[in-house]
Amino acid sequence: MTFLDTLLQQSPALIIAIPLFAAFLMPLVSRVHSKLRNIFAVVMLSITGCFIGLLATDVLAHGPRIYIFGGKDLTLPLVRILFEVDAISIFMAIITIMLAIIAVIYSWSFMKEQDGLDKYYTLFLLVVTSALGMELTGDIFNFFVFLEISCIASCALIAFWIYEGEALEAAFKYIVISSVGALFVLFAIGIFYAQYNALNIATLANALQYTFLDKIALIILIVVLGMKAGLAPMHMWLPDAYGRAPPSVILIIMSATLASFYGVLRVVFSLYGNVLTTSIRFNFPLHVIIGWVLIALAIVSILIGVIMALIQSDFMRLIGYTAVAEVGYMFLAIGTTIAALGTSYATVALHGGILHVLNDAIDIGLLFLIAGAIYYVTKKRSLDDLGGLARNMKFTTVFFLIGLLAVAGMPPLNGFTSKFLIYESVFQLNPILSIIAILCSILILAVFIKVLYAAFLGPELPELKDVKEAPRSMLLAMGCFAALAIIIGLFPNLFLDTLVKPAADALLNHAQYITTIVGGI
Amino acid sequence: MIEYIPYIAVVCMIFIGLYAAMFRRNLIKMVIGITIIESGVNLFLITLGYREGGVAPIYTSLPPGTTYPEQMVLPVPQALTLTSIVIGVAVLALMLSLVMHIYRKYGTLDVQKIRRLKE
Repeated sequence: MTFLDTLLQQSPALIIAIPLFAAFLMPLVSRVHSKLRNIFAVVMLSITGCFIGLLATDVLAHGPRIYIFGGKDLTLPLVRILFEVDAISIFMAIITIMLAIIAVIYSWSFMKEQDGLDKYYTLFLLVVTSALGMELTGDIFNFFVFLEISCIASCALIAFWIYEGEALEAAFKYIVISSVGALFVLFAIGIFYAQYNALNIATLANALQYTFLDKIALIILIVVLGMKAGLAPMHMWLPDAYGRAPPSVILIIMSATLASFYGVLRVVFSLYGNVLTTSIRFNFPLHVIIGWVLIALAIVSILIGVIMALIQSDFMRLIGYTAVAEVGYMFLAIGTTIAALGTSYATVALHGGILHVLNDAIDIGLLFLIAGAIYYVTKKRSLDDLGGLARNMKFTTVFFLIGLLAVAGMPPLNGFTSKFLIYESVFQLNPILSIIAILCSILILAVFIKVLYAAFLGPELPELKDVKEAPRSMLLAMGCFAALAIIIGLFPNLFLDTLVKPAADALLNHAQYITTIVGGI
Repeated sequence: MIEYIPYIAVVCMIFIGLYAAMFRRNLIKMVIGITIIESGVNLFLITLGYREGGVAPIYTSLPPGTTYPEQMVLPVPQALTLTSIVIGVAVLALMLSLVMHIYRKYGTLDVQKIRRLKE
């Protein structure tokens, strides 16, 4: 066994262990020098990224990989914690680490003048750990633990600008919602354990009988994870939190949000995969009902997100509402997949939905970084106080144009690729849904054209006469996102074939997920 | 009938807690509500851990005449409860510190008067 094989074998544990270890080492490192602290954060995250890349190449080539914590020879496989990494887990892990690295690069300059940065980086790495843990774990209780870690650490980060009352308010709202939600997840886990004496997702999925209690657990899990992902009508925390947290923090909270979205996928496709086609009442199979409920909630999120974004004057809050709409598009896609399970356009919808997770991370992330750059140079949040920034902030304006076109789904950029797949497949399910989705996408364009005129164009404001371009590290972070947006827009097949299609297959082929654990030990 | 009492208590506690967290206007009372939900869920897990005729899985203090390991209870629900209690303490501390800062900032604990974030 070569050194690389050993590393590969241990990599699922190391992906969690390295950021966790770095998080607790951070206060010590920041005592030495502040520059060392920044470099340490980037290096540790890059090492994690390397392990994720290594694991990704293996998982994509050879199928799911298991990591068992504790001795291998014990005869009680159900009690131990297992990590099961398949293509969708690794896809989400790649998004998380990408967001984390770009957020750290951005916070070099953005956070320079703040104090308490050692704690900031510690919490930052903890959120990254929790998001990665939620994505890689194969144990449902472990999922709950990581959910709670992400809840505590993100809440503390949302309240980072603690001198603002609104930040405290947003943080309190977030922790109330997510801690109540997490407790209900624990309740659902109790229901599973009571019936099947197991906590492992694959074992549970294999044993699931779809009793009355399982129905309750399914409802609880979808509601809570949907809420944490920002699905309407429980989306209220999201614009508050996104509007008040520092932009670099928003990026990693977004990764935690996307991890919750992954939780919904895992619960519906893997945990309940065996019973999706059972008919429950009046000859309706379960998947049709879950699918249409998700579609209805998704349409509500899209409408609420876009309409509320239209009337906002606070730039970051406006992007927060757009993020709600984008989450709606992801749920629209997976709702279509579930409702039309088995048809050919269901697979197309799932491809669109999964690719849209990546595109949402890039587009919304880019816009938040731009809003943060504007806040950094002008110290103003409201669009009413801004104007004529294009004169002094040329690069930021270009990046904003890219972000605007990408988020609205305009052809040469990444938003178009996934949204087109979604429109195409949703149209085959029901044309009206597709029309609503397209109209709302156009409205998003209108929202950001308004921002373009309000903030970047127009007459020069006297008090904004001598604003400077954003610092270099912030431009670098924005440039990374803009470059990714263009690359995915120009070569979507590259990403579809290598990452998205294996991920979709891993979700649809839930038997493989189960047999890897149940037959493999 | 008697064995259902813990489950009834669990449901009551969860609903009382939810009521407090959703409809009370005082922030401290909301926090108390969340703690009640947490206790309810912990009680649920502990109730699940009870097995008729089982013994505690401690090798050195097995009562005489036990058939090992069939009568030993797998202590997973207890382990889950301990984890959940620890997490609950962390969440409670964080929530109370936020309430403290909110009180310092606004001078009130009434939710209706605090709402600056609207729409």
